[in-house]
Amino acid sequence: MPPQASALRAPPAVARRNVAIEIRGVSQTFDLRGTALPVLEDIDLAVAPGEFVALLGPSGCGKSTLLRLVSGLDRPTAGTIAADGVIVEGPDPSRILVFQDPTLFPWASVWNNVATGLDARGVLDRQRGRVDDALKLVGLSGFARAYPHQLSGGMAQRAALARALVNDPALLLLDEPLGKLDSLTRLTLQGELLALWRAKGFTALLVTHDVEEAVLLSSRVIVLSERPARIKAEFAVDLAYPRHRDNPKVVELRRRILGTLGLET
Amino acid sequence: MTQATHLVERVAPSLARPGGRPVWAGGLAAAASWGAAALVTKALPNAVPYGSDDLFAILVGGGAVAFAGLAVAGPRSGRLREMLDHYGPWFIAIGVWLTLWEFSTAKTGWLPKPFFSAPTGLLHVYVSDWQRLLICVGYSLRLWALGFGLGALFGYVGGVALGWSKPFAYWGMPILKLIGPVPATAWIPVTFYFFPTTFDASVFIVALASGIPVMILTSSGVASVNRAYYDVGRNLGAGPWYLVSRIAIPSALPHTFVGLFMGLYYSFAVLVVAEMLGAKYGLGWYIQFQTNYSGYANVYATIVIMSLICAGLVKLLFVVRDRLLGWQEGFI
Repeated sequence: MPPQASALRAPPAVARRNVAIEIRGVSQTFDLRGTALPVLEDIDLAVAPGEFVALLGPSGCGKSTLLRLVSGLDRPTAGTIAADGVIVEGPDPSRILVFQDPTLFPWASVWNNVATGLDARGVLDRQRGRVDDALKLVGLSGFARAYPHQLSGGMAQRAALARALVNDPALLLLDEPLGKLDSLTRLTLQGELLALWRAKGFTALLVTHDVEEAVLLSSRVIVLSERPARIKAEFAVDLAYPRHRDNPKVVELRRRILGTLGLET
Repeated sequence: MTQATHLVERVAPSLARPGGRPVWAGGLAAAASWGAAALVTKALPNAVPYGSDDLFAILVGGGAVAFAGLAVAGPRSGRLREMLDHYGPWFIAIGVWLTLWEFSTAKTGWLPKPFFSAPTGLLHVYVSDWQRLLICVGYSLRLWALGFGLGALFGYVGGVALGWSKPFAYWGMPILKLIGPVPATAWIPVTFYFFPTTFDASVFIVALASGIPVMILTSSGVASVNRAYYDVGRNLGAGPWYLVSRIAIPSALPHTFVGLFMGLYYSFAVLVVAEMLGAKYGLGWYIQFQTNYSGYANVYATIVIMSLICAGLVKLLFVVRDRLLGWQEGFI
């Protein structure tokens, strides 16, 4: 709690807020009507402050479960997760999860949706300007008074990003945030996400199905195995931003990653 | 006839306005049907006297003149004109209905006293007994407002508690499932024992009838909130109170309104029954009292008042709902 409180007082644009994440021996088992279903098995992963790490893996392998554990919304069956050396014991606005569905509150305007975090922590009255700034950042200033059902899929996901960024998170957990968007909107938002990460400097953990997206955005790609998920392979992406999809190194890396996923091209 | 042509000439410029519609034909027909009602009332001799013939003839005759005026000199376009065109057939039908009704009761006696009454008979009730009726309306509204208000309040608070809290649901749900289906009027004998006055007992019965659907629907609404909304709230630093007040309650509001509408209809049904049991005034009491003296015209007149009040309150709740639930997709 104390590190978060001090961060809220800090001017948002100046400080580059990020955090080191250390996942040590994490396993997660679900109880399905008396049958134990192992989802994650002995995951070890260290993410450096400000790093952008992509998690790839077959569908249903437990990638989303890992993100929920890091966010603190769920607790692991075994192992520990630490943020800057402090064990994660519950959710905290410094580590924000962005879902595949925007999950905006349909009864609240876009402005009020973005304001949720500040409002819930009772600091909204003093920091209303931050909501406007966050909306501007994602290009939704003109839609502050709109309701979620009036937004397109891409705009709704932008609003969800603004709702996360207004809290100035040190870690952004992205659970296939672009998974349901059409391919053009997806490309646009990939660029915007990258720009936000480079401007703000937060640590990012992205779950995706899209190998190309992982290679274009992240500095490291982690490939997970079938359920129960273990770390199967790791690829460093040492390429300058912005990366182009036709870059031979991108194409080569993509081919190798698909190979580890069992999809030879 | 010359007067009519003169009128048409005077409004000719508006007739020529581009985009305007022709004369409101429905208005002329409505004027004819309402005029017929006035004519039947005034020109034919009464077989059965009901009183207030002159006033009735003036009122419907005045209506006929108003319709004719609106038809000839009224707006040719705009929202008022659209409304007039839309309701035109109803205006005509009401005139026809009043004519036939007056004819078959007062003028011919085909529908006999005391079980039937003429429109002039109903009007006579309002003219001769308006003071007592007004008091009864006041008493009924007071009982309804207290009963429905308390029922909605307790039903809502209880519904949120049942939907949110596991201990509440564990103890409360089985009780609600047992009590819920019992008609509120079944409690009447015991309520008169438990409450100091019949008024308190009546308020309780109305509150029970309106509160139970509100409670059931609100609790199911709160219990069925998308869990992901709570995850978002918790992740952003929300405490339990914020999750209830800012996520569970607004999310459940559409359910709550279904409960409020159901409760509203139940409250009307129970209100009349409650007033028939030892109340001093009230529309239900008035109906009961007049029935004992075969004052069926008074009963009909009261039913008309009741239906107007109930329809008005339903309309009011719709307005409130539209204001609060405007965020729903494709709602308005």
